[in-house]
Amino acid sequence: MADMMKGNVAIAEAAIRAGARLYAGYPITPSTEIMEYMSWRMAEVDGVFVQAESEIAGINMIIGGAACGVRAITASSGPGISLKQEGMTTLSDEELPAVVVNMVRYGNGIGTLYSAQCDYHRETRGGGNGDYRCIVLCPSSVQEATELMVLAFDLAEKYRMVSVFMSEGALGQMMEPCELPEMRELPRYPWGFDGKYTNKKVGIFDRNSRDEAVLLNEKYNAVKENEQRWESIDVEDADYVLVAYGLPGRASIGAAKELRAEGYKVGMIRVITAWPFPEKAFQEVNPNVKGFITIEANATGQLIDDVALTALRTIDKKVQCYCRPHVYGIPSVKAIKQDFIDVVNGNMKEVY
Amino acid sequence: MSKSKKVPYLVDRPMSFCPGCGHGIAIRLVAECLEELGQADNIVFPIGVGCSSLLGGGIEADRLHCSHGRAGAVATAIKRCNPNNVVISYQGDGDAYSIGIGETTSAAYRNERFTTIIINNTNYGMTGGQMSNTTLPNQKTNTSVYGRDCSVTGNPIRFPELAADQFNVGYAARGSVHDVPNIRKTKSYIKKAIEMQLSGEGYSVVEVLSPCPTNWKMEPLEAMKHIAEHVTTYFPLGEFVEKEEK
Ligand SMILES: Cc1ncc(C[n+]2csc(CCOP(=O)(O)OP(=O)(O)O)c2C)c(N)n1
Ligand code: SF4
Repeated sequence: MADMMKGNVAIAEAAIRAGARLYAGYPITPSTEIMEYMSWRMAEVDGVFVQAESEIAGINMIIGGAACGVRAITASSGPGISLKQEGMTTLSDEELPAVVVNMVRYGNGIGTLYSAQCDYHRETRGGGNGDYRCIVLCPSSVQEATELMVLAFDLAEKYRMVSVFMSEGALGQMMEPCELPEMRELPRYPWGFDGKYTNKKVGIFDRNSRDEAVLLNEKYNAVKENEQRWESIDVEDADYVLVAYGLPGRASIGAAKELRAEGYKVGMIRVITAWPFPEKAFQEVNPNVKGFITIEANATGQLIDDVALTALRTIDKKVQCYCRPHVYGIPSVKAIKQDFIDVVNGNMKEVY
Repeated sequence: MSKSKKVPYLVDRPMSFCPGCGHGIAIRLVAECLEELGQADNIVFPIGVGCSSLLGGGIEADRLHCSHGRAGAVATAIKRCNPNNVVISYQGDGDAYSIGIGETTSAAYRNERFTTIIINNTNYGMTGGQMSNTTLPNQKTNTSVYGRDCSVTGNPIRFPELAADQFNVGYAARGSVHDVPNIRKTKSYIKKAIEMQLSGEGYSVVEVLSPCPTNWKMEPLEAMKHIAEHVTTYFPLGEFVEKEEK
């Protein structure tokens, strides 16, 4: 039976059930309930919880735990995630798996408390120094969040990468019916520190950076090939395809369905893995499609760049790509339908 | 007849420190203590950024090269996840007291059950000798070319004293490697620090005054003398706190 659960609590409990046994972090709205929940819940499963002195320390504790083979998770938002970039590039360098939750809030600098999608570029490109990638998972409901949390740990482990769980402030605060995943009792990763230097790979100093970089890229290519995830409807015959993720993605599905019912040939792609970007979803789109329209909760339009690039790669002719950035919050079905009408009536200029 | 001592197998590989550098002596002491305490097969080293990171190439043990200054945080999690391993963070003064002062102090403040060894050579060795938080008053470095002016740069930090005075730590001491009696004493401090960790009673820190002849622009012997005559006047040697081990 599905119980009503608050997003952040469901996310935290799903992480525990997926095998998380270390949480280290620093509180920040709108992610704080995850940390508060972990502060008592970790002890019940013999895990480790540390209230770190900063997000920088928190992510470095994640590095220490992951190096011991422990499934580790931290959560934050806005400026807190900025501080974690140093640790995320280090995790990527050492090929240590971990899950970093970003309950995105709007704004530059200290930012605001509004739910948003302003961190798309940073999460999909990587905000730390270097040449690395993170898997980026974007839920659009509390139920899906719990499922993607299990996937986040599994993919992090499989590829020895960082999984970024990129949600939105609002999802963490909403209550929805949700069926939690089964509790898993998993052993530690087999290669962690044991004090005996049993596993030579972790933290090795004598490294060949050139060879490593090439191997890393091969790994990233395998992720691109195997791990694209999306939900799409009615794209095969669509004149226009809406593209969005997270909560605006959910609203866009509603808008696409209503527009269909009103006679417009509209399809919808909801991106679930922002990286690897679901190029395969675009291969199923009507080759004569007239336009892609991204619906985003930021001001600059970020998803549009990946959509335009992917359209170029997958569709033989140049397709117009439009973007409606709603700045923050969750655009309503009605507002998204109006965005579409603006495109059809020539009232929105294409970005690409 | 003097007996030559076997190099502990933990560190029986070439290291690339400059001639006369103190890092190699300190590392050897750590390795000897671990062997003598039967912990050479039970050790994880989170290592700082700086010349201290050269330890990573010279040691056969679990070790992680941490980002600059973060070893205190990394060690916190390693020790909490693997409480039965001995965990020693090995860091320079710039790493532990400048960029990592937050992580170092917070670990001591929480009384984390690991050991920190900090090599204090009063400058940033690896990057070519800039001023650090332990640079002596009036000391010339590449970023204090007329000598350190404490009125605008602050006074050198004395961390073991801070940890002893302000936090409930298990053990805090400062040794030096500038002559044989002090090397012996420093070894006893390091051993006590590791014993404190084994007892589970609290955080332990040993700062080690160490020569950096290259950046001090001194001959090795001159550098040793400089420690005895100048560095120890600002950084007193000794034990500042020694909690009862239960
Ligand atoms: C974030 C970051 N900032 C700066 C550096 C450059 N850097 C490398 S080592 C070092 C100083 C190390 O000095 P110290 O900790 O005193 O160690 P020593 O080399 O003297 O043993 C600096 C500034 C770096 N690697 N990372
Ligand atoms: S620069 Fe200084 S600290 Fe670094 S290896 Fe040389 S002598 Fe030692």
